[in-house]
Amino acid sequence: MSGPSTYVPKSAIGRWFESRLPIMGLMHSSFVVYPTPKNLNYFWTFGGILSLMLGVQIITGIVLVMHYTPHVDYAFQSVEHIMRDVNWGWFLRYTHANGASMFFIAVYIHMLRGLYYGSYKAPREVLWILGVVIFLLMMATAFMGYVLPWGQMSFWGATVITNLFSAIPMVGESITTWLWGGYAVDNPTLNRFFSLHYLLPFMIAAVVGLHVWALHVSGQNNPTGVEVKDVKRDTVPFTPYATIKDGFAMVVFLAFFSWFIFYVPNYLGHPDNYIDANPMVTPAHIVPEWYFLPFYAILRAIPDKLGGVLAMFGSIAVLAFLPWLDTSRVKSASFRPVYRVFFWVFVICGIGLGYLGAMPAEGGYVIASRIFTVYYFAFFLIIMPLLGLFETPKPLPASIADSVLARGGSASAAAAGAAHAPENK
Amino acid sequence: MIKTKLSLSILGLAAALVAGPALAAGGHDTKLPERQPWSFAGPFGKFDRAQLQRGFQVYREVCANCHSMKRVAFRNLSEPGGPQFSEAQIKALAAEYKVKDGPNDAGDMFDRPGRPSDKFPAPFANEAAARAALGAAPPDFSLLAKARGYSRGFPLFLIDSLPIPGGAYQEHGPDYIVALLNGYSKADDPNWNDFMPGNKIAMAAPLADGAVDYTDGSPKTLLQYSRDVAAFMMWAAEPKLEERKKTGFRVMAFLLVFAGLLFYTKKKVWADVAH
Repeated sequence: MSGPSTYVPKSAIGRWFESRLPIMGLMHSSFVVYPTPKNLNYFWTFGGILSLMLGVQIITGIVLVMHYTPHVDYAFQSVEHIMRDVNWGWFLRYTHANGASMFFIAVYIHMLRGLYYGSYKAPREVLWILGVVIFLLMMATAFMGYVLPWGQMSFWGATVITNLFSAIPMVGESITTWLWGGYAVDNPTLNRFFSLHYLLPFMIAAVVGLHVWALHVSGQNNPTGVEVKDVKRDTVPFTPYATIKDGFAMVVFLAFFSWFIFYVPNYLGHPDNYIDANPMVTPAHIVPEWYFLPFYAILRAIPDKLGGVLAMFGSIAVLAFLPWLDTSRVKSASFRPVYRVFFWVFVICGIGLGYLGAMPAEGGYVIASRIFTVYYFAFFLIIMPLLGLFETPKPLPASIADSVLARGGSASAAAAGAAHAPENK
Repeated sequence: MIKTKLSLSILGLAAALVAGPALAAGGHDTKLPERQPWSFAGPFGKFDRAQLQRGFQVYREVCANCHSMKRVAFRNLSEPGGPQFSEAQIKALAAEYKVKDGPNDAGDMFDRPGRPSDKFPAPFANEAAARAALGAAPPDFSLLAKARGYSRGFPLFLIDSLPIPGGAYQEHGPDYIVALLNGYSKADDPNWNDFMPGNKIAMAAPLADGAVDYTDGSPKTLLQYSRDVAAFMMWAAEPKLEERKKTGFRVMAFLLVFAGLLFYTKKKVWADVAH
């Protein structure tokens, strides 16, 4: 997509620098002249929103660390010190804690957008897999971050999740002891989680760099799933078009985010995490943060511990194989009437699993979890491969420009587009 | 094609319908607390100073005999957004408490009168001492209002987050505390409480009508005491609540205006492109 840079520095210093390190040219070709399909909808603004959220989390996190003490005797106390005695400490902490949730809201929308419009299909397989890697890193970071305040849910969440590794045959117990740095979740565990929680966001930033790089090689997908044919007709330059649109979406998202920070800051948290960690008292219900609930439900749906752990990790790993599991020639669900139905059932299934993850693992909840878990895997492993073979897609527009014109009310362009359809994907 | 689509939608819908009630039937083992009329609820909520001062009186005269409040300092009581006692009042109040300090030059620990910068001294030297004296260790008061709560269940809990009347509700903790203090319904069982999970509570009813002598003419009833002390506990748990909501209004106003400007700029920029 992005060919050789067309950037010409205006000043002599600029030219001198550019001939030695063409970083301004890289910026220029990536964020100014980079061609973006003109038919992108607002679901395409979540990439920018996610970069913003990563920045917000890193900045608030670095300042929080200046006041936080990673020690079992002081961690909870130091978080309360931040809330009560540090200037704007409450703002930093509520921003960081709710920021994690906002990060996940944005990433789930971003992923479902990819799933709906087939953004994982050729030529974007590597781009998609890098995204799965980012998602995994995010989950690890969020989990370890939740442990740091050392409240009851922090402690017991850490205990439950690290205990999962003991399900591994033969070496499970040793691995768990190694993870803990002892024979229970204790100070060494808190210290290493703190260390890794500080490291992982920078690894995320690095993989985001690769993700954006891969994106700028293959170009963005778009709601029709039809690749760019003519850069002049089908695309607009990133600046000012995408810049202003992303900027608007970011500010709207920040308003949504601010609502949580300032008015319902504890809505997404759990009251038990305002109680000091106590290894002698187990909370009535140990629940992870909301963004882990669907996976937690899958874990508990399987009656066997090892099976549950495998299913849970498998539910994320399966995403990496999506580009090859989907056999359809057509990318966008807009032209896949049957897939679209399965997609929305999948969304309902995900929300249902999230709800079940928060409920006690008993009676009807377990049965419902099993039904949803079966659908979750069937969607990827059975429906996707078969649907591509049996589904008859609707005719595709000849090009992005044609689809835009058709929507503008030009019936003839639509007809022309439809006539071209079958051989294009 | 349409048939497949239809039958699939019906299948999905049916699954959702079957699952829904089955899930909702999960039920609660204890009663749900009632919502109270909190002055500090909602986006423009503020604490009622007189209520916080009364709540502090209840805490000091009744609760503090057993419950510590280790994260709150005397000075906090005079800071903006709280009960806002005068600094002179706080100095006098702190001086009434004995605080352990030291070691001094001779290497001895000693008692001295409290200062505004001191945290509230605990009624017991440690948790074990409290348990030995009372049979169970009473929880610290500093965060209780945020460490307790209840869920209204799906889908009502979603409404508690929304910017609509009855929404943006974060006062589940104080609601629970009021309900608990009024939940001793069995005269023959002082440890029965309608709202305690499992209905068994170590603390017998701590408050009753007339237990605390208010001087501002407020009713000396159990309900009034429990509301006042729950409001005070909410402040103790979230002393920056007023500052947070006030800042929130400015931030939201700025972001919404900024979003409006960006929206029209975006429209102008895209005006010449069919998209």
